[in-house]
Amino acid sequence: MNKRAFPALIGLSLLFFGVAPILIVRAPYEQEMGLIQKIFYFHFASWMAMYLAILVLGISSALFLFRRKPSADRLAVAAAEAAVVFGLMGLVTGPLWAVKSWGVWWTWDARTTMAMILELILVAYLILRAYGGPGSDRLAAGLGMFAMANLPFLYVSTEIWRTIHPPTSVVPQLPVDFGLPLWWSVAGFILLCLALLTARSRLEEERATLDRLYLALEDE
Amino acid sequence: MQRLYDMSAVPRERTTAVRRWALIALCVGCLGILGAQTADAAQPTQQSAPDGFVPMDDVPAEEQLPAAPLLAAAYIVVWVIAIGYLWTIWRRLGSVEKELADAMRRVDTDGA
Repeated sequence: MNKRAFPALIGLSLLFFGVAPILIVRAPYEQEMGLIQKIFYFHFASWMAMYLAILVLGISSALFLFRRKPSADRLAVAAAEAAVVFGLMGLVTGPLWAVKSWGVWWTWDARTTMAMILELILVAYLILRAYGGPGSDRLAAGLGMFAMANLPFLYVSTEIWRTIHPPTSVVPQLPVDFGLPLWWSVAGFILLCLALLTARSRLEEERATLDRLYLALEDE
Repeated sequence: MQRLYDMSAVPRERTTAVRRWALIALCVGCLGILGAQTADAAQPTQQSAPDGFVPMDDVPAEEQLPAAPLLAAAYIVVWVIAIGYLWTIWRRLGSVEKELADAMRRVDTDGA
């Protein structure tokens, strides 16, 4: 990855995050939920960033598995870690919203349960990479593709199953007053995700260089 | 002639002790009666006990959770997670770069 990409991406994301609170404060209160609905702007955006990271994970895993590209594997590890981070943000902000709106911190409905399972799949990927030993990279690649296959089901879960979670279909129909802070926050989170992916990929690349150097030293 | 119930025949210390205990018993008795009356007053009059918890339709404002601390907590958590993760990457990168520099030095030394 380009070394100059990280400062540019993190700078842009900070710009977006600097303006986002102004837009969120100026956004109108939702009629039924009131002030607590404003969690939505970061909650939804963190899931969008997680979706992006999982897409990168799935595609990179497929490239590594079928084309044997080591650079794709390194990107997959970076994407899995970023997906766990953004998933954690979603899983923490969700209950903070739910306790006010639904009266409970957590409910095992289709959307929340699927989100929890997806997060656990990603954690399993990282554990496999850390402790799996030789050959675990290919097993993990399969798990990464499996995580990506879960994405469409997670996205449409509120439309298919009866759930108390707000449906995803409300997002495209949002009025401008609600839509502008939302999409602005989504852009900020996407940029942050790309910045984290760049930094984490660089770490993996340097680790790979270090491994090659140690192998060269052992051969001598 | 000495009367049968002449109190003067009882020693003075004993009569004082009896009086003291009688006074204490009277006070305790009064307090007991008063307490029982208060408890009776606090009891609901012949209400049928509910089978379990009964949900309340309109939650009073003072019983509701405030939204602002939850909203603030959500935004703080997001920032703490993002900055924390970025910090771990920076730390790991620093450690690998240091190790990489050491390895390069060893390669150069061995090559020379």
